[in-house]
Amino acid sequence: MSDGPRYALGFMFGPGTPGMVSFTPHAQRLGIQVVETGPRFAVVRLPYRTELIGDPGRKVIFGGAITALLDHASGLAIACSLEELKAIATIDLRVDYLRAAEPGLDLTGRVECYRLTRNVAFIRGTAWDASPDDPFASCAGSFMLGANNAGSPFTRLVPGEGTEQS
Amino acid sequence: MKHVVDAIPYAQFLGVATEQVDGLWQCVLPFHEGLVGNPRLPAIHGGVLGAFLELTALVRLIEESGTERAPKPITFSIDYLRSARPATTRARADIVKLGRRIANVHVVAWQDDPARPVASGNGKFLL
Repeated sequence: MSDGPRYALGFMFGPGTPGMVSFTPHAQRLGIQVVETGPRFAVVRLPYRTELIGDPGRKVIFGGAITALLDHASGLAIACSLEELKAIATIDLRVDYLRAAEPGLDLTGRVECYRLTRNVAFIRGTAWDASPDDPFASCAGSFMLGANNAGSPFTRLVPGEGTEQS
Repeated sequence: MKHVVDAIPYAQFLGVATEQVDGLWQCVLPFHEGLVGNPRLPAIHGGVLGAFLELTALVRLIEESGTERAPKPITFSIDYLRSARPATTRARADIVKLGRRIANVHVVAWQDDPARPVASGNGKFLL
C-alpha cells in the first residue's frame, strides 16, 4: 500500500451519498444521511421525524437519538482517520445538551477525530439545527480500534471490498 | 412506568417495554434487525444502547419525581462495557440524587446476566 492513499476512505471524501448508511441497519432506520466526509471528520444529518420525539409536550427529539447521531458520526469520523480500516468500538461517549433542539428542524452533527493512537481514537463534536454557530449539543468520546476480528462495516464503502452479506 | 414509556414516541420507535422483577421496574428492549450497528458481528448500534440507557433513566426519574413536565437532560455519559449481541437487552436505573433542581441518575444495561453489564450510563437532568 506504499502508493495507496493515506486514508483508507480518502477516495470518497466530499459530499455524502445515500449508500453510505446502507450497511448500518440502525442508521438507515433512523434516517441518518451522510452530508460530508473528509480527513478525520464526518458530518451527518438526522431529518426531523415525529417518531423520534422524546418530550411530546415540547415536540423535541429524544436526547438518545442525538446520541445515536453523534455516535454514528464518531464512527465515521474515525474510519475517515484510518490508513487501514479496522473495527471501531465505543469505549465512552458523553453528550452535553446545551439547549433543546428546535422542533421541526433537521439535526446535523459534525465529529472530528482529534487524536488517533494505535489502540484508541478520541473524538469531539457538536450538533446543531439552524446554524453550526449555535449548537444544541456537544460531545466527547473515546473509541477502541481493532476491538474484534469482525472487521469494519465501513469496509463496505470501499469498491470491490466487503460486499459479502454476513 | 408503562404509561410513561407508552407516551414517548421514541420509546415506541425502539420497541421498548417495561417489566417488574422482584418488585423493581426495569425497561426491556427486544432485539430486532433495525437495532444493528455492525452487521458483521453482529452487534447492536452503540447509539441504540445509549438511547436505551437514557430512556430508562428518564422514565425512572419521571416515575420517582412525580413531575408533570419531562425533566430536561443536561449531560448523559455512557460507558460501553461489552459488545451487545443480537439478544434482548434490559436496563435498570437508580436515582443517585433527587435534588430540587437537578437529578443524578445511574443506569445499567445487560443481556443474559445482570452481573455482566453491556453498558452503563450516568445522566444529570434539570427538573
